[in-house]
Amino acid sequence: MSLVFAGVCSHAPGITGRAHLADPDVRDRFYEAFHQMGDDLRAAKPDAVVIIAAEHFANFFMNNMPSFAIGMADSYEGPIEDPGWLGIERRQVPGNRDMSQRFITEVMKGSDISYAEEWKFDHGIMVPLHFLTPDFDIPVIPVNINCQGPPLAPLERAWAFGESLRRACDALPERIAIIGTGGISHWPATPDSGKINQAWDLEFMDRWCRNDRDALLDQSSYNDLQVYTDAGQGGFEIRTYLTVSAAANGAKGVVHFCEPIPIFAVSCTVATYDLAAVSSAR
Amino acid sequence: MTLYAVQKFLYELNRTPALQTAYSNDRHAVLEPFDLTDEEITALTEPDIGKLFHLGVNGQILMHFAAFHQIEWQDYLQRMRDGIAAYGPVREGVYAMTTGLDDVVAPVHSASIEGSS
Repeated sequence: MSLVFAGVCSHAPGITGRAHLADPDVRDRFYEAFHQMGDDLRAAKPDAVVIIAAEHFANFFMNNMPSFAIGMADSYEGPIEDPGWLGIERRQVPGNRDMSQRFITEVMKGSDISYAEEWKFDHGIMVPLHFLTPDFDIPVIPVNINCQGPPLAPLERAWAFGESLRRACDALPERIAIIGTGGISHWPATPDSGKINQAWDLEFMDRWCRNDRDALLDQSSYNDLQVYTDAGQGGFEIRTYLTVSAAANGAKGVVHFCEPIPIFAVSCTVATYDLAAVSSAR
Repeated sequence: MTLYAVQKFLYELNRTPALQTAYSNDRHAVLEPFDLTDEEITALTEPDIGKLFHLGVNGQILMHFAAFHQIEWQDYLQRMRDGIAAYGPVREGVYAMTTGLDDVVAPVHSASIEGSS
């Protein structure tokens, strides 16, 4: 079949774990946009959700850190965090080992990746699923891009990885949704948590919506040192967003929500690509 | 020995319930397989969140460790600030602090403060 849905969203643990500390007005409008994204995703009737996250040392460490990894199991457990702290109960999330294996085989034709038959989900995957598939009933194919332990894969490699993901989607008979998760600018889990560069976020999301490869990979704006300066450690997670851009293969995007919620540590973001417009134009 | 060893222990602890139980029973014993200095052992057993942040522990690892110890979010942030005040800037790694010691970066919504009082 092909790609039937593509979008990006925030995954910060405070979204569920510190909900009671946020301004209820902006929080509830964000939640509404997040739930709407879930409604739209499920309306696309995907057989699997490929969820690209920047995991946070739930599975991978600097003794053997893959730049790109994909899960290959029939089920996954999450969250790894204390459920009370995250505000999400621990559970088994369905996967599909056979589909993952076929998907990975196709991805490997274009990108060098690692695969993992064990995978524990942290907030990077559990928070988005909490809103997008609240019954946790659609098989997931987890994908990780190392955004935590430098050296990190260059943005060009993340883009190429996104192209490989798209080719795999096109090669499989199943209907696939792709979700990229992460913050844009943020300084997570540090005393700076809550610091947000909103102008930087809006500029990045403008480039994301235009799906402008050159602008998204522009090294004068987005080399790692500049990102670290302008957008913090969390800014490295733009890799997950632009990977979805590459997978969307020219589609244009719409930002449904992008506003800072400091107690959640990020500009809380929900955005999707209009895949139908691309396919009807071809 | 190194920041690597401190983070390796915390990585294993954060994702392994059996190790969490062992840590709860005897914090020093579970550290024996790791090549750690006395300073690092003290920071990991007290636990001294501020010292661990000062040593350069990645916040994504430290955050999980703090949650395991049932340390509330605002308290976690303050402990890191206290660590910087007491021990100096972060020694290494990318999880440094860029704001001032007295900055209020993520204020809690007033209604939640009133509701908790």
